[in-house]
Amino acid sequence: MTDRVRIPLHRDPKARAIAIQLIALFLVVYGAYSLFQTTVGNLVARGIQTGTSFFDEVAPFNIGFSPLLDFKLGESTYIEVFFIGIQNTILVSILGIVAATVLGFIVGVVRLSPNWLASKVALCYIEIFRNVPLLLQIMFWNFAIFLPSLPAPKNSIEIGSFYLNARGLHMPTPIIDNSSGFILWALTLALLTFGLFIFARRAKVRFEETGRRLPVFWINFFAFVFCGFIFYKICGSPLAFDIPVLGRFNFKGGGQLPLPLFSLWFALTVYTAAFIAENVRAGIQSVSHGQTEASHALGMSRRDTVRLVVIPQALRVIIPPTISQFLNLTKNSSLAVAVGFEEIVAVWAGISLNQTGQALIIIAMTIAVYECLSLLTSAFLNWYNRRIQLSEL
Amino acid sequence: MIDDLKTFTTLPDRAPPGSEIGLIAWIRQNLFGSAGSSITTLILVCLFLMYLPPFVEWALINANWVGNERSICDANKAGACWAFIGVRMDQILFGLYFGANPDQVWRPVTIFIIFFTLLIPLMIDKTPRKDILGILLLLVFPALFYVLIYGGVFGIPVADTTQWGGFLLTFALAFIGILFALPIGILLALGRRSEMPVIRAICVTYIEFWRGTPLITILFMASVMLPLFFPAGVDFDKVVRAMIGITLFQSAYTAEAVRGGLSAIPKGQYEAAMALGLGYWKRTIFIILPQALKISIPAIVNTFIALFKDTSLVSIIGLLDLLNMAQTASRSLEWNGYDIEGYLFAGFIFWMFCFGMSRYSQNLERKLDTDRRN
Repeated sequence: MTDRVRIPLHRDPKARAIAIQLIALFLVVYGAYSLFQTTVGNLVARGIQTGTSFFDEVAPFNIGFSPLLDFKLGESTYIEVFFIGIQNTILVSILGIVAATVLGFIVGVVRLSPNWLASKVALCYIEIFRNVPLLLQIMFWNFAIFLPSLPAPKNSIEIGSFYLNARGLHMPTPIIDNSSGFILWALTLALLTFGLFIFARRAKVRFEETGRRLPVFWINFFAFVFCGFIFYKICGSPLAFDIPVLGRFNFKGGGQLPLPLFSLWFALTVYTAAFIAENVRAGIQSVSHGQTEASHALGMSRRDTVRLVVIPQALRVIIPPTISQFLNLTKNSSLAVAVGFEEIVAVWAGISLNQTGQALIIIAMTIAVYECLSLLTSAFLNWYNRRIQLSEL
Repeated sequence: MIDDLKTFTTLPDRAPPGSEIGLIAWIRQNLFGSAGSSITTLILVCLFLMYLPPFVEWALINANWVGNERSICDANKAGACWAFIGVRMDQILFGLYFGANPDQVWRPVTIFIIFFTLLIPLMIDKTPRKDILGILLLLVFPALFYVLIYGGVFGIPVADTTQWGGFLLTFALAFIGILFALPIGILLALGRRSEMPVIRAICVTYIEFWRGTPLITILFMASVMLPLFFPAGVDFDKVVRAMIGITLFQSAYTAEAVRGGLSAIPKGQYEAAMALGLGYWKRTIFIILPQALKISIPAIVNTFIALFKDTSLVSIIGLLDLLNMAQTASRSLEWNGYDIEGYLFAGFIFWMFCFGMSRYSQNLERKLDTDRRN
């Protein structure tokens, strides 16, 4: 009978793991602590008072573009500037995401088209725009193309009540003229949507029972547009439009999409679409040819094969990387600072930081905004990946 | 009768019908395969005819290729002004210092020649002793770069980092970024796959923190806040601050690329190494990493392409990289108004490198893929 060999403590994997982790934890905490100490010391030495008191101070600069939150020069405070920055970041991101998705899908599908010329054009598009820095593209479109080629406000390009010039796009904005009529209209629209939703459910049940299918999307689309218009008239046309009018130097009234927003949106769309197109191509190619053949063998039409067999399987491959592209687009919208569109980095980490000198808090808040967006995106991605994995079982 | 059978020979294959081979058939199948396809082809050809000739005329035929003065370009507005690029070439490629001292231009030129003579054999399959070349590139080359570009030894005049600019600066930022990010990234990737929860949590936090923020805020942070983080007296100039920011940022992306390679290694490799009695570090360095790094090269190259493009962001914090140098040159007093040429030239240089690298990484991916299938 031998005794169990006693492992010396320094050779015991468990003890070692605990020791290593304790040391790592200590190093990180100590590093953070000494960094904090040095920073505080430096701030004191430079006479910078770090605090959030500047939030309520009035911001001494103007913000030209803020569609939802009101900005008044001389009244709005720094914290309002922060929220306006977030609003503009989200706005340009949403505009970019929608346009880039549409363009990316088109280019990705064209890339796989049997037409050689179209496929090569799509390839050139992808390879050119993917491999040039986005910042260069933004500056190129803004400073070298749009700014010199668009006319001055006096000679604006007119499309109906829309005016395009070197300052941006001026357009009519709806104003609620008759609020009770508007509420009535909104209510009828809500009811209509609910009714059409029920109709779609019914049509689906009927399809599953009888195999007969209605063009639900088109019926709903036309019903919505047609009935919406009739109700609008019945409710006494509750909206009025504020139409831009050319003043002495610039347009008055209406809404304005400033040129930097347009250049930024354009460049973000073109750049991100090239990446999305590659995702789409890879996704469609990942569906094996056997799937298409099997579906044809079952007697499904070409359209149904694409709609019901290829696309659902391709989307599973396309969506996760495309969502990370959406996040990239959101992060890339920070390049607006180069053309002067007033999103969070330009207006908060740029102007406000220069005005107040509160580097620590301002940079931390900017980073926090992006971290939140990124965490939300990855939470959604995890949820989505779990969902498509479950449906595979 | 039997003799007849013996002499039976098959007829030679008939040639395929003329409509199925050759150029015409190819055009019919690939350009006019269906009604929709025909219309697409016609529309695209029309667009080409409308826009390509004017562009070629502007960019090549009518362009002003030579000349030292603005007046030559102003006289011929129908063409691009490449003369401007020619005059400012040294400045756009090597920055203000080397642009102003033509007798020193040999320094960056030599450095780039050395770099490419080291790099190109590395990208060719059959080169023997790639390990030596790799070590030369990663360890000896940076020292050479410092000696030749910074100077200060062997009687070479000092070119301070603040005077670095143009493509040289873009290159330096990207190279330093990848040089330091690679080892940090490998350690982070190993940490993220570690079995120790504390180590894992630290690495995950680090990686996700840097990946969640846009580089421009990190550069702002590096240029505004970095001096606050160090004790008084320790200070870096703007270029070094940008390098630190880029390295921190890039290490997180490299870590994710390496992690992809690590997770592709079959579990049997770990178990076999353990069965041989190898400890963690021996196992990792001699068995796992050589395989994992090989698989993750395409992903690392892809993150490097992204980094190379992203270095242009330093122009926002006021460094004169390739983009900013081209822009500054095209906004200078002598050449004001030739923005398009400046941007196109800078864009072309970026494109050439990024496209080349992406092609290389695609090739590698294809090769690695077949390797695994065999």
